[in-house]
Amino acid sequence: MVTTLEGVDVVTVGVGWTGGIIAAECSKEGLKVVGLERGRERGTADFSMVHDEYRYAVRYELMQDLSKETLTFRNNRKQRALPMRQLGSFLLGVGLGGAGTHWNGQTWRFLPYDFEIKTMTDKKYGANKLSADYTIQDWGITYDELEPYFDRFEKTIGLSGEDKNPFWGKRSSDFPTPPMKKTPILQRFEKAATNLGYSPFMMPSANLSEAYENPDGQKINACQYCGFCERFGCEYGAKTSPEITVVPTAKETGNYDVRFNSNVVEVMKEGDKVTGVRYYDTVTFEEFIQPANVVVLTSYVMNNAKLLMVSNIGQQYDPETGQGSLGKNYAYQILPGATGFFDEQMNTFMGAGALGMTIDDFNGDTFDHGDLDFIHGASLSSTQTGSRPILSNPTPPGTPSWGAEFKKASIENFTRTLSVGGQGASMPHKENFLGLDDTYKDIYGVPLLQLTYNFTDQDRALHSYITEKAAGIVKEMGAKTVAASGEITDYDIVPYQTTHNTGGTIMGADPATSVVNNFLQHWDAENLFVIGAGNFAHNGGYNPTGTVGALAYRCAEGIIRYSREGGSLV
Amino acid sequence: MAEKDKNFSRRDFLKTSGIATGALIGGGIIGGLIGANTNKQDNATDSSSSSGGTKEASSSIRGLTFFKSMADFEVLSQATERIFPEDDLGPGAIGLAVPYFIDNQLAGSYGENSKEYMQAPFAQGEPTQGYQSRLKRNEMFMQGIQLMQEEADSRFKTKFVDLEGEQMDEILTAFQENEIKMRGVESQFFFRLLRQATLEGAYADPIYGGNANMDGWQMKGFPGHQLAYIKDIESEDFVEIKPKSLGMNH
Ligand SMILES: Cc1cc2nc3c(=O)[nH]c(=O)nc-3n(C[C@H](O)[C@H](O)[C@H](O)COP(=O)(O)OP(=O)(O)OC[C@H]3O[C@@H](n4cnc5c(N)ncnc54)[C@H](O)[C@@H]3O)c2cc1C
Ligand code: SF4
Repeated sequence: MVTTLEGVDVVTVGVGWTGGIIAAECSKEGLKVVGLERGRERGTADFSMVHDEYRYAVRYELMQDLSKETLTFRNNRKQRALPMRQLGSFLLGVGLGGAGTHWNGQTWRFLPYDFEIKTMTDKKYGANKLSADYTIQDWGITYDELEPYFDRFEKTIGLSGEDKNPFWGKRSSDFPTPPMKKTPILQRFEKAATNLGYSPFMMPSANLSEAYENPDGQKINACQYCGFCERFGCEYGAKTSPEITVVPTAKETGNYDVRFNSNVVEVMKEGDKVTGVRYYDTVTFEEFIQPANVVVLTSYVMNNAKLLMVSNIGQQYDPETGQGSLGKNYAYQILPGATGFFDEQMNTFMGAGALGMTIDDFNGDTFDHGDLDFIHGASLSSTQTGSRPILSNPTPPGTPSWGAEFKKASIENFTRTLSVGGQGASMPHKENFLGLDDTYKDIYGVPLLQLTYNFTDQDRALHSYITEKAAGIVKEMGAKTVAASGEITDYDIVPYQTTHNTGGTIMGADPATSVVNNFLQHWDAENLFVIGAGNFAHNGGYNPTGTVGALAYRCAEGIIRYSREGGSLV
Repeated sequence: MAEKDKNFSRRDFLKTSGIATGALIGGGIIGGLIGANTNKQDNATDSSSSSGGTKEASSSIRGLTFFKSMADFEVLSQATERIFPEDDLGPGAIGLAVPYFIDNQLAGSYGENSKEYMQAPFAQGEPTQGYQSRLKRNEMFMQGIQLMQEEADSRFKTKFVDLEGEQMDEILTAFQENEIKMRGVESQFFFRLLRQATLEGAYADPIYGGNANMDGWQMKGFPGHQLAYIKDIESEDFVEIKPKSLGMNH
């Protein structure tokens, strides 16, 4: 038996950054908003015993429980897709705040080049720079159009940084708070990068350099550099997250409700509009329908795509014909880099999730690709995030992976190792996409999402080029041994890489080649909005959330306008 | 290394250490025993007393929660000790109580795979697709340990725990190189699990029963649970900080 509830103006599926931003903006405008979150309530008070690598970083205390739901994976269409049975390559969020509770806080605006990548590449290198197998396309929005929303997101989170990067887009205002402390480890990188003629700058950080009150009146504290940031919640309320900013803002309006333990399984559609969502109470397994004037999918890349697929909204991408947009342009990232082993001991165990310095000299199109067989590049950073002993056992090349020699080397180098790592952009390829699995189901009986993905020639070329640059910096930093990362072969879902999954619900200017328009309004249902890094038509050389946050603010504006005027926003 | 391995009589250690009855394992005590049995050892294992080890730990009762046979537990103990051996830096897996840590974990959600997707059908996949076994981790450990015994018997006609260090290494390497036939899982997968669990036990907060006396942290220069480094983060020098466990603060 399904219980139909009283209708609301807006329902969001999931309450992470995107769900929280929509809730805050819409409820301030007087719209009644309900957030359905499959996980539990949580907040700063829950993190007083969070300095526990084993529970949080190794056993994934705050992440999705895969026994309830996962996805299936194969490297290519010929392979049989099998479930990702334990977390690995990326860590999916659950609970109030979503992955925004246990993220690092490295917060970027994608480059102006990213939004118009197709046009700019064709113009500079001709139409045949990449083969037709690479499905790059413009995003249907420019950096300048999105700039006010970047600004809005950064003010909400109190972003700490300095405007010293010659390669990124113009900013309409300064960073809300100054950069974090430039520690000796970062200075080492800065000096090496400067010596080599590059332009280092402090990484924009949502681990705040000082206490801050945002425009909504929410307070964020100053980071204590405790070294337990990524995969952990912050016990100081110093790492900006949805549950200390946008969620309380929404609640204070009196127009917002979060319903926990509520797992959405379907978006209901009638004609060219959606009518609400169907969900299960995860405790009692009771079934409900929540009618709403506007439905917003804010349940992360994977679940957003899955919900559209199981609800039969939009046209599924077919790699055979190239037709359809849903599931298209899934992209990930490549991680070129190099590690240096030093003589002297350093305070590598101290740090913060977004404490780092970066160069963009090899990101986007900031360097000439005329003689190179790839486009785009990577930001290169040295971060001091706080090494922890279980997961950090660096050893010089040739060291065995266990036994006496391993023990000695891993202990010796724990405090004597620094890395320079790149976040390599990932270009979409016609064979990389999301679909629905026809064998495996979640505990609600809904098919699992299926991921078909492998690295491409473009990825391999980019990886080896950038790795060489990283190794050069590490050498200049004074390492006695430099270990550059090996060539990449097939994508492997086992080791952690990044939770920077993109694509599948891409935005664009043309309904034939995108799922949503540049207000993230679904082309096939004007009262359905889809937000997340799934909107990215390719993946850039940075972490995604700055750009996701900007898109969410723009989407909120669209929803508010739609609620008043109706119709298509573009 | 070989020299030292010969001096280290596992049999004696296991008979005398009390590990069998699970009576005492405050790092000091077991560490001391290892020291006593290792002729060449100096006082390296005494570092426990200078590392701020809790006194209560040595009087707390320890027992096995997953393993039902001491023989199996001893095989596990020796295998982990080969992966993370005692040396002049400090205790190895046994001295750090890693086997107890693993025993505990195997009895709980880790061993029971309670957060993993375990729905059928199961099929052999490519290595890039990861875990595809229908076995739970604790079943893998039981099978792996039995096979270590069998290998010791067939290769050396003796019990695993009575082997010399290099002989144990030979068997562990065979697991690592996927040369051992396991049912329902590849031996290299099991070996990776065993290696990882050993490191977890060596370095997890002592509240989980391993990392006895925080000696794992002490060796590695990791201070454990500290509230903040804001005062030290700009220090040019390496800052030595006495480690702290979550169990000491709450
Ligand atoms: C360890 C880690 C470190 C990271 N570090 C950084 C970083 O430094 N910089 C950066 O930019 N990004 C980082 N990220 C990525 C960042 O966390 C995400 O980009 C961001 O949180 C995405 O926000 P979201 O709202 O799209 O999704 P999420 O935060 O994932 O929120 C989605 C919510 O929807 C809920 N949900 C899902 N399905 C359903 C359903 N069917 N019904 C009801 N609810 C559902 C989930 O439970 C979840 O709470 C990191 C991620 C991880 C995991
Ligand atoms: S490093 Fe800073 S932001 Fe991160 S958890 Fe610690 S105090 Fe919070």
